Order: sequence, then C-alpha cells, then structure tokens
Amino acid sequence: MSGNEQSGARIESSRDPSGQTLLSIRGRLDSTSAAGVWRRLLELGRAAGASGLVVDASALEYCDGAGASLLVALERQQREAGGGFHVRGLREEFQKLVEMIEPAPARVEAAPEHREGFFEGIGRATLRLLSDTRTLMVFVGELTVMLGRALRHPRQLRFKDLFLVAERAGIGAIPIVTLVGFLLGLILAFQSAIPMQRFGAQIFVADLLGISLLRELGPLMAAILLTARSGSAFAAEIGTMKVNEEVDALTTMGLEPVSFLAVPRVLAAVVVVPVLAMLTNVAGLAGGALMFQTLDFPLVTYVNRVVAATSLGDFVGGLFKSFVFGIVVAAVGCLRGLQTGKGAEAVGESTTSAVVSGIVLIAFIDGIFAVVFYAMGI
Amino acid sequence: MANDPIIRVEELTAKYGDNVVFDRVSFEVMRGEVFIILGGSGCGKSTMLKHMIGLYTPFAGRVRIQGDDITRAEGEVRRRILRRLGVMYQSGALFGSMTLLENVRLPLEEFTDYPPEAMDAIAASKLRLVQLEGFEDYMPADISGGMKKRAAIARAMALEPEILFLDEPSAGLDPITSAELDATILRLSRTLGVTFVVVTHELPSIYTIADRVIMLDKETKGIIATGTPAELRDHCENDWVRRFFLRETAAGGEPEVRTT
Ligand SMILES: Nc1ncnc2c1ncn2[C@@H]1O[C@H](COP(=O)(O)OP(=O)(O)OP(=O)(O)O)[C@@H](O)[C@H]1O
Ligand SMILES: [Mg+2]
Repeated sequence: MSGNEQSGARIESSRDPSGQTLLSIRGRLDSTSAAGVWRRLLELGRAAGASGLVVDASALEYCDGAGASLLVALERQQREAGGGFHVRGLREEFQKLVEMIEPAPARVEAAPEHREGFFEGIGRATLRLLSDTRTLMVFVGELTVMLGRALRHPRQLRFKDLFLVAERAGIGAIPIVTLVGFLLGLILAFQSAIPMQRFGAQIFVADLLGISLLRELGPLMAAILLTARSGSAFAAEIGTMKVNEEVDALTTMGLEPVSFLAVPRVLAAVVVVPVLAMLTNVAGLAGGALMFQTLDFPLVTYVNRVVAATSLGDFVGGLFKSFVFGIVVAAVGCLRGLQTGKGAEAVGESTTSAVVSGIVLIAFIDGIFAVVFYAMGI
Repeated sequence: MANDPIIRVEELTAKYGDNVVFDRVSFEVMRGEVFIILGGSGCGKSTMLKHMIGLYTPFAGRVRIQGDDITRAEGEVRRRILRRLGVMYQSGALFGSMTLLENVRLPLEEFTDYPPEAMDAIAASKLRLVQLEGFEDYMPADISGGMKKRAAIARAMALEPEILFLDEPSAGLDPITSAELDATILRLSRTLGVTFVVVTHELPSIYTIADRVIMLDKETKGIIATGTPAELRDHCENDWVRRFFLRETAAGGEPEVRTT
C-alpha cells in the first residue's frame, strides 16, 4: 500500500483479492490539487493495466471540472489498455460533471493514426508539385483569355483598381528598387574590379556591369522585389477576401473573381516590372559609375564602354524577360490568394507560398530564357 | 402565396472531399414564401445555401430556379439567374476596399445601365432601409458587426431580387434591430412578393416570419422535419426538433432559470 499526500488530494493504491487495482481518492480534487496528482494517478492506473481498475471516490469531498477531466483521462487510458474501469462512491453532483465532459454512450473511437513513410512523403510531395504546376498553367491560360478580353473591351476593366495596384506595386517600389540596384552595381563593380586589377583590365568592369545588369540582374532583381512586395500582397489581399466570403459574393454578383481581382493586378504588374527593371539597370549602372570613379577613369570612358559593350538585343531581351516575370509573379500571387483555405492561418500560408513559388518560378524561367536566348544568338 | 415552386432542390448531395455534408436532399421553395432552413451548428445550412445559389457544384443532384438548373448553368443563362438573386453571406462579405455605398452600388454597376447618380440614389435608399443612413462613406472596417450584417443585407437587396438568401441575418443583432429586420423581411415578402430563404436560429424571428421550415440533420445527412413552426413544435415526432422549438436541453426540461 502506498500513500501520497499532495495539496488536498490523497491517493491510496491497493490490490483487491480478485487482482483488480483499487485507487481511493480522498479530499479535494480541484484545479490546484489535480495538477499535483495527475501524472501519479495515471501511472498508478497504467500499472493496473488489463487487470482492471476500480476508483473509490466515496471519500472525495470536492471535485471540480479539472478533477472530472482527470477521472475521464483515467477512464480513457484504461479503456485503451483494454482493462475494466469502475468508479464507485462518486457523489451525484460530481458524476454529472464527469458526464458533461464525457457523455456515456457516444464514445468516439479515434481513427488509427497513419504515419507517412519517407518515400511516401517524397511521392506525395512530387504529386503535389506536379498538380500545382498544372493548376498554375491552367490559371495562366485562363488569365490570358481574360486579359485578351479585357484588352478588347477596355471599358469593362476596373481602371481604378489597376491604377491603385500600379501605384502601390510600382511607385511604392521605386525607393527600394533604386537602393538595391545602386548597391548591386556598386558591389558588383567593386568585387570584379579587384581580380581584374591584377591584369590591368579594370576597364572591362564597365562591360561586365552593362551586360550582366541589362540581361540578367536588372530584370531578376526587379522581379524578386515585386514578388516580395506585391506577390505576397496580392495573395494576402485576395486570400483575406476568400476567407471573408467576399470572393463568393463576387461570384454571385456575376463578377468573375479572376477577371475582377486577378486581371487588374496582373496587368499592373506587367506594366510595372519592365519599368522597375529599367530603373534597377540605371541605378546599378550609377552605382558602378561611382565605383569606377575611384579607379581613376573618367566618366565618359565608362559610359562609352557600357554603350559599346551592350546591344539593343540585351536591353530588349532583358525587358521581355521582366515582362514575363511580371505576369508569372502576379499570377502566382493571385492564384495563391484564390486557393486560400479557411481561416487566418490559411492567408499566411498563401502569402508565404506566393513568395516561395514566385521566386522558384523566376529562377526556373530565367534558366529557360538563358537557353532560348543562347539558341537564338541574342 | 401562389402554389408554384420557385426553387426545386432535387436529390442534392454535397461533399467536401470525402466528407458528405448531406445526401440526396430534395425540397421545394414556393414563390413568395419565407422559407427557413434550420439545423444544428455545422450541419450544412451554409453549404446548402451556397449550392442553392450555384456557388458550389454539387456532387450529385440539381437545383432549379424557376426551371433553370443553376448547378450547370454557364455564361448568359447563369448571369440571368444570378441577376434575380440576392445573397447575404454569414460573414457579411462586404468588400473591405470599398465604402458601404460602393458596396451596395457594385451589383447595380454590374447588372444595370442606370446613370451613376441613380445608382447612388438607389444604393443610399437601400442603406436607409436597414437604418444605415449617414454611414454611406464608412469603410466596412470602421463599423460594428451588426452594422456590417445590415449593410450586407442592403447590398443583397440592391437589385430588387426575386429571391433573397440570408445566412443568419440576425445573428449578432440586438433584439430591436433584429425585430426591425424581421419587419423588413415581412414587408418585402408581403408587398413585393419577394421569396426568402433564410438560415437562422432565432426562435422569435422564426415564429414571426416563417411560412415553412425545414430542419437539416447532421446524423442522417438529410431533412428530419418540414412544416410550419407551430406544426413542428406541437406535432413533430422527432425529439430533437420538438426540443429545438421548446428550447429544451438534451436532458429534458428547460435550462434551470436564475431565481435571484
Ligand atoms: N470549405 C469547406 N471545406 C471543408 N469542409 C467544410 C467547408 N465548409 C464547411 N465545411 C464542413 O461542412 C460542414 C457544414 O458546414 P456549414 O458551414 O454548411 O455548416 P452550418 O450548418 O452553416 O453551421 P453554422 O450554423 O455553424 O453556420 C461542417 O462540418 C464543416 O466543417
Ligand atoms: Mg453557416
């Protein structure tokens, strides 16, 4: 026999002749004392196992919701272990409390938990990725049709939204795009000037800057900044509308959510990204120019080198790329918004997912462009 | 009340994934009546409403609105049906980026050719109808929950719909506003012959406005009772339904009343 004294509740454990474990609880089982005896009581119960457990509550003076939860937990544990369970001497008012927590007949058996194996996990992830890509392609297709329709009937377009989005995604992005572009140019020039100086080839820093900014970094940076600033915002705005049933309300008002919500945003992004890419280019070249000054070359030389090294193809190719990035980033943002499930967390998930998928897609498409441009000789 | 059905729900089955919400449910809503959908929380009332307005495609079955099958309608047909419906969602679903007036105006812009000032006038009159005069230029974020509900009702009524679907219109309203809303519903129903499909739990409201009631049930995934509120209260053999109307607890008897 073991005794246990803990802030009001006392537990005694014994075995009766038939082999059942008898736990008698005395004193007060309330929210303070239940905490103290919770583990111990369950352990004693577990020790009883299949042999059966009887709880003697005749000396229980007081029991509140916490105490009743403890009794229910004990019963559940015992049921899972497959042993008998019986409470005796529990006063009627306490019995009611227990029934409130666990109504006797409706016992829900938890479904056996299915643990996913490593390969199963990979398989599922792959399938999800594939179906995700498919959805995105279908969505971009749908969007293109809607864009075409919007351009043919510009009166139906919501210009107010278009300008609002363009202002936020475009004008609002100017400071950060300029700053990032400038630093990018400065750092790139600095990093490349050091090794090139060893060969006396600093002058080629201008070539390097011009080509890499126009073809690659300008559009890329602009698109990534758009993803972070606006792709996420699109997903959050539309996602919140989805959660609030606003998207449903649009549908019943005969307004197609895709054309009402996504078209203005994508159109705005398509206009804005090439401009931002150009801005990045200019800011980057300005940063490079500053670095160049410290290498003791006149500014004219720098400008001339940049102009000579880059072609119209580089410039137009870069702009075209940023145009495509703009569509994709905005489309992913809107799609993730429209795919939002229920609740506030779902909005957070869509926002994150919009940024992640946006950046992955940018990298992916940039790779495709590299191959295509190479094949076309641009 | 004319005795021809304006909405026919035929063998409708709804699922979310593998979770069947209701199974082969059929009923009719008559022209001009106030039809109430009842049921415990989570039994699929909102889901039913969203199927009836063609927002969700059912797993099986159809919903006919004046003969047109809304579950399969597309393009112009669908627009024509939607034009006749007004919907108030459980959460209100006001557009957060628009003022109350713009919210109510939007369906008018989409479906009608009124001159702009006429749209403003109509929208303002709808807001007056739900006692929201003076709040035209407020944003939804800046008004109370009950006011949002009322603004959403005003928006649902913007196009003078023949059928109004209201999902828990009086939840969150004080008894007086709720009674005023009931009066508005009755007025529209009696004078203009508007048909109402309303989800509500408010007993006083049900007794005031309901012509007919159906009770959905989570266990059987179907309708467990149909009739007028008085019939269901006095004659229904289903225990749960009777208890619902008498406001009894599961243990039987009314909840213990405070005596102090
Ligand atoms: N979008 C959804 N995805 C998955 N399951 C859902 C979705 N919406 C509702 N459900 C489930 O369908 C069931 C019915 O939901 P519904 O919202 O129709 O209930 P309700 O009768 O309107 O309840 P309440 O009175 O609380 O509004 C619930 O069990 C709910 O969990
Ligand atoms: Mg609901």
